[in-house]
Amino acid sequence: MLFKTLFKSRAEFLSYAALTLLLVVVLPVLLPVFRLNLFGKYLTYGFVGVGLVLLWGRCGILSLGQGVFFGIGGYCMAMFLKLEASDPITTKIQSTPGIPDFMDWNQLTHLPFFWEPFKHFPVALLAVVLVPTALAFCLGWAMFQRRVGGVYFAIITQAIALIISLGIDGNQGYTGGRNGITDLRTLLGWDIRSTSAQYILYFACVFFLLLCGLAAKYIINTRMGRVLVAIRDREDRVRFSGYDVALCRTFVFALAALISGVGGAFFVLQVGFMSPSLIGIVPSIEMVIFTAVGGRLSVVGAILGSLIVNLGKTTFSEAIPELWLFLMGGTFIAVVMFFPNGVAGLMEPGGWLSTKLEPFKAMLFGRSGPGSGAGNEVVEVVKNTSVSIAQTTEVTK
Amino acid sequence: MNLHELWSIFVMQGFAGISLFSVLLLMGLGLALIFGQMGVINMAHGEFMALGAYTTYFCSTLVQDHAPRLLPFYFPLAIVLAFVLSAALGAFVEWAMIRHLYKRPLDTLLASWGLSLIMQQTYRSIFGAREVTPTLPEWLMGSFKPTDAIDIPINGVFVLALALAVTGGLVIFMFRTPFGLRLRATVQNRAMSNAVGINTKLVDRLAFSIGCGIAGIAGAAFTTIGSTGPDSGSRYIVDAFLVVVFGGAANLLGSVASAFGIAQAQSILEFFLDGTKGKVATLLFIVVILMFRPQGLFPSKVRSS
Amino acid sequence: MKMLSSCISGLAPAVAKPAAATLRRGFLTAMVGLAASLHATAAPPTAEVNTTGLSITDTTVTVGQLHSATGTMAISETGSIQAEQLAIDQINAAGGVLGRQIKVIKEDGASDWPTFAEKAKKLLVKDKVAAVFGCWTSASRKAVLPVFEKENGMLYYPTFYEGLEESKNVIYTGQEATQQIIAGLDWIAKEKGAKTFYLIGSDYIWPRTSAKIARKHIENVLKGTVVGEEFYALGHTQFGSLINKIKLKKPDVIYGIVVGGSNVSFYKQLKAAGITSDKQTVLTISVTEDEVLGIGGENLAGFYSSMKYFQSLDNPNNTAFVKAFKEKYGEKSVIGDVTQAGYLGPWLWKATVEKAGSFDVDKIAAASSGVEFKGAPEGYVRIHDKNHHLWSKTRIGQWNLDGQAKVLFESGLIEPDPFPKGYQ
Repeated sequence: MLFKTLFKSRAEFLSYAALTLLLVVVLPVLLPVFRLNLFGKYLTYGFVGVGLVLLWGRCGILSLGQGVFFGIGGYCMAMFLKLEASDPITTKIQSTPGIPDFMDWNQLTHLPFFWEPFKHFPVALLAVVLVPTALAFCLGWAMFQRRVGGVYFAIITQAIALIISLGIDGNQGYTGGRNGITDLRTLLGWDIRSTSAQYILYFACVFFLLLCGLAAKYIINTRMGRVLVAIRDREDRVRFSGYDVALCRTFVFALAALISGVGGAFFVLQVGFMSPSLIGIVPSIEMVIFTAVGGRLSVVGAILGSLIVNLGKTTFSEAIPELWLFLMGGTFIAVVMFFPNGVAGLMEPGGWLSTKLEPFKAMLFGRSGPGSGAGNEVVEVVKNTSVSIAQTTEVTK
Repeated sequence: MNLHELWSIFVMQGFAGISLFSVLLLMGLGLALIFGQMGVINMAHGEFMALGAYTTYFCSTLVQDHAPRLLPFYFPLAIVLAFVLSAALGAFVEWAMIRHLYKRPLDTLLASWGLSLIMQQTYRSIFGAREVTPTLPEWLMGSFKPTDAIDIPINGVFVLALALAVTGGLVIFMFRTPFGLRLRATVQNRAMSNAVGINTKLVDRLAFSIGCGIAGIAGAAFTTIGSTGPDSGSRYIVDAFLVVVFGGAANLLGSVASAFGIAQAQSILEFFLDGTKGKVATLLFIVVILMFRPQGLFPSKVRSS
Repeated sequence: MKMLSSCISGLAPAVAKPAAATLRRGFLTAMVGLAASLHATAAPPTAEVNTTGLSITDTTVTVGQLHSATGTMAISETGSIQAEQLAIDQINAAGGVLGRQIKVIKEDGASDWPTFAEKAKKLLVKDKVAAVFGCWTSASRKAVLPVFEKENGMLYYPTFYEGLEESKNVIYTGQEATQQIIAGLDWIAKEKGAKTFYLIGSDYIWPRTSAKIARKHIENVLKGTVVGEEFYALGHTQFGSLINKIKLKKPDVIYGIVVGGSNVSFYKQLKAAGITSDKQTVLTISVTEDEVLGIGGENLAGFYSSMKYFQSLDNPNNTAFVKAFKEKYGEKSVIGDVTQAGYLGPWLWKATVEKAGSFDVDKIAAASSGVEFKGAPEGYVRIHDKNHHLWSKTRIGQWNLDGQAKVLFESGLIEPDPFPKGYQ
C-alpha cells in the first residue's frame, strides 16, 4: 500500500531506483574518495532541492532564503564540533583555554550562553532539526497569515537571507564572523577527515537524502500533495473549500526548512567548516537554480540537478573558468524559458513532447495557457480534486 | 564642542540622509517602473546600473586619451549615453526574453538572474576584474561651504539634483503624456487596453527599456560616490527591491516616500549605532513592517485582480 | 643545465610540446624515462628528492596556484597571480628548482570559501603538487588550512594578515598584524604628535584584529585615546553618517582598515566632505598601489600608508622587479604590497628546496627556518627560525597624485610574532 502511495507509476519507481543505484553503487565504485567526498557535498544541496520541490514546485512558493535554513542546520552542527575541537588542552595557547579560538581572538572570556547547549550531541542533533523548522514556522506563519505570497515572499525571504548573513558577519565573537566556524576535525572523537569516515558520511548523507526524498514523495502523492498543487494553481478556491491555506503553506515551508537543515549538517560533516558565505543571497538563489535545472516538480530531478550543476561548476571552473558564468547563466535562461520542468521534465514519458506542444496548446486555448509549464500535473490534479478545467487556465498570478 | 558645531553636524547629518535618499531613489525608480508597474522582477537591474557606470568609465578614458580638454564637460554626455545604451539593451532583453515570461513572474526572476550572471562575466571579460573609477570633472569633487564648519559634498548635491530631475521626468511622463496614459491603462487592465486599440506589446517594451535606462542613469551617477566592478550591481539589488516593495509596489510616489524613510532611518541608525548594526537594524525594521503590512506603506487603490 | 634542455628540444622537437602537455597530467612515463637518462648528471634522481609521491619527474616539478580569478576577490588577487607567475617564469629561465622546470596548475577559488577548500584538496590529492601558492583573504586561508594540514601540503600565503596562526604547512610571506601596525603608529605619534585616533574597518577578522592591536598599542604604549572604532559590512558604500561622526570627534588620526569596493567610496566621500590631507592626518594599512588604481590618486593625495613594500622603493632588486613586471603585464600595471609578497613565495620555496635537497613537504617545513632571500624587491627577507613568518621592514609612504607613494620612513627588520604578548 505504502509502495503504491510512494510510486504512482512504474516509471516513478524505476527513476527512483535508478537514482538510488547511482548514488549507492555506481558513484562509490567509480570515484576515488576525494571525488566522492565532493559528490557528497553536492548532495547536501540536494536536500535543499527536495525541500524546494515541495515548496516551490508543488506549492508555488518561491523562497530565496533557503540558504538560511541550510546554514542554520549547518551552524548547529558546526557549533557542536567546534566545542569538541576546543578542549582546554588543544587550546592552551589561548588567553582563555577551552573556548573556540575565534572567541578568544575577540576577547571573549567565557562561552556565550547560547553556545552552552551545544556541548551535548543529542541537543545539537535536535537543534539541527528544530531550529530551522521553528524559524521557518514563525516566519511562514507571520507571512502566510497575511497572505504574503509570490514575488513579495521571494523578496522578503531574500532580505532575511541578507540580514542573517550580515548579522553573522557583524557578531564575530559569537559566530566566527565572515570566516565562519572552521577547523572541525572530530565527531565524538571520530576523525571525520579520514578516508573511512568520508565513505561512511557519504553513505549516511545518501541514506538521509533518499529518505527525505521518499518523505517528500509520500506527501506529494497523498491528499496533502494535491491540496498543495491546488493552492499553487487556485488559492482562493481552496480557501473557499474550507482548507486553511496559510497553515498548509506554513507546514510546507517548515518542512522544507527542516530538510534543508539536515543538508546543512551533512555539509559541515563532509566539508569541515561552515561560513556565512553559504547563507547569503547568492547561494540561496543558486540552490533554486539547481532545483530548476533538475526539475522543480520532481524529487529525483532536484537531486540530479544539484549533482549536474555542481559537477558542471567544478569541471568547467577547472578547465575554462571564464566561460563558466556564461554557461551557467545561459543554461539557466534556457531552462526557465524552454524547459520549465528541467531535466526531469525531459526524461519523463511525454515530458519532452508536452513541452514541445506548449506553444500549440497556447495557440488553441489562448495566450494564458498552463503557463507554469506544469501541464501534466494540472490535468492530473483536476481529475483528482475535481476542480473544473476552466479554472486551471490562469495558473499563477 | 559648542552649539554652533553641533548644529553644523546636525545639518551635515541631515544632508547625509538626503544624499542616501537620492541614491536609493535613483536605484528604485527604474525598478518602480519595471516591477511596480509591469510586475516583472528584473534581478539584472543592478547589472543595468553597472552598464551605466561602465559607460561613464569608458567615456572618461576615451576623453582622457583623446581630448583631455573636454574633461570638465563629458560627464552630462556620459549620462545621456548611459541612458541610451541601457535602454537599448533593455528593449532587446524585453524582446528576447521578458515578453515570453509575463505570465510567470517568478520565472522572470530566475531568468533575469541568469542574465545577470552573463552580464557580470561580460564586464569581467571586457574591463577586467578590478574595480574601476572614471576620472571625474574637477567641479564635481570637493565640497560646498555655506559656513565655516559645514561641508556639503558637491557630488551628493549632484546626485540629489539628478534624482529629483529623473523623478520629475518620470512623473510627468507617466501622468502627463499620452504614452503614460496608455501605460497606466495597460497596467490596470491589459485586455481592455488591447481592445481599445492600445498596442500593449509596444507599451511593455518601452516601459521596460525606460526602466533599464533609468538604471543606467543611476549607475552613471553612482560613479561619483563609489567604484564600479563586475559585480557591483549585485550590491544594490536588495536595497532597490526593498525600496519599491516597501513603498507599495504599484505606487510611484510610494517609492519616493519609502526611499526617504529608509534613507533617514539608515543614516540616523548608522550615526548612533555601529555601521553593520545600523544596516541590519534598518533591514529588520523594513522586513518586520512588510510582514505585517505586505502591501507596503502606500498601496495603490486599484482593486487587485 | 640550459644546454641540456636545449639539447632535448633539439633531439626531439616534434615530441617535446605534446609531451609537456601530457606530463602535466601525470601520464606517459616513457618520455620521462628518456628525459631522465639525459638529465641524470644535472639533477639529483627523483627517487631521492621525492619520497612521498609528489608529482615530480626528472625534468619537471608541479606546483599549484590557488586564487580567485572570478568573483568579488578577483579584484585583489589578480596581482598575486601575476607576480607568482612572473617568479616561476624567472626561476624556470634560470634553470628551475633542483634541475626541474616548474609546471603550474592554476585553480580558481572563485571567491567562495568552500570552493577554495575543494580546489586545495584537488591540488593536493589528485594533482599531488609539491607546493601551492595562493589564497588571499583570511576566510579562504582558514578554509584550506585543515586541508593542508591533513594532506600535508605546503602553502605560501602572500597577504598581510591578522596573525594568531602558525602552521607547519604554511609560509606567510606577508606581514602579520603587529609588524605592520606598531611601527606605523609609533611613527605617526612621533611625527604628528597624534594622541586621538578613529579606527574604521570592514567587518571581518583582519580589520577587527588589527583594530584590536592598534587600540592596545595606542592606549598602553602611546598613551593616546581611541575616540571611535567602527566596522562596516564589506561592500558598504555610504559613509556620510560615519564622516559626520568623525567630524564630531575630531580625531588627530583617521586609521583606515577598509577594504575592497568600500575603500573607493570611503576615500571619495572623505574628499567630498572636505576631509583632505591639509586638514586631517589619515593613516591606512589597507591601501596599496592596487587599491589606489581604483580609488584615484586625487582622492588619496597626502594620506599615509603603512606597508612593507611600495612600488617606488629605490633599490636594485626592486628596479629589476618593476621592469620585469611591466614588461610582462604592461606599462600601466602597478605593484602593491601583496603582489610583491606573492613574488617572494616561489623564490623562498626554491631556496628552501635547495637547502633541504628535497621536495618532501616535511623536509621543506623543517628546512624553512632561517631561509633567506636576498633578491627580494622589498630588500632582504628571512624566514623566522620558529614561526614560518618573515622578518621584514615596515615603511610609511605618502601618496602622490600619480598613485605612487613617497617613502618617508623605513623601520629596521621587525621580528614576526603571530601571538603577540600584551596585544590579545
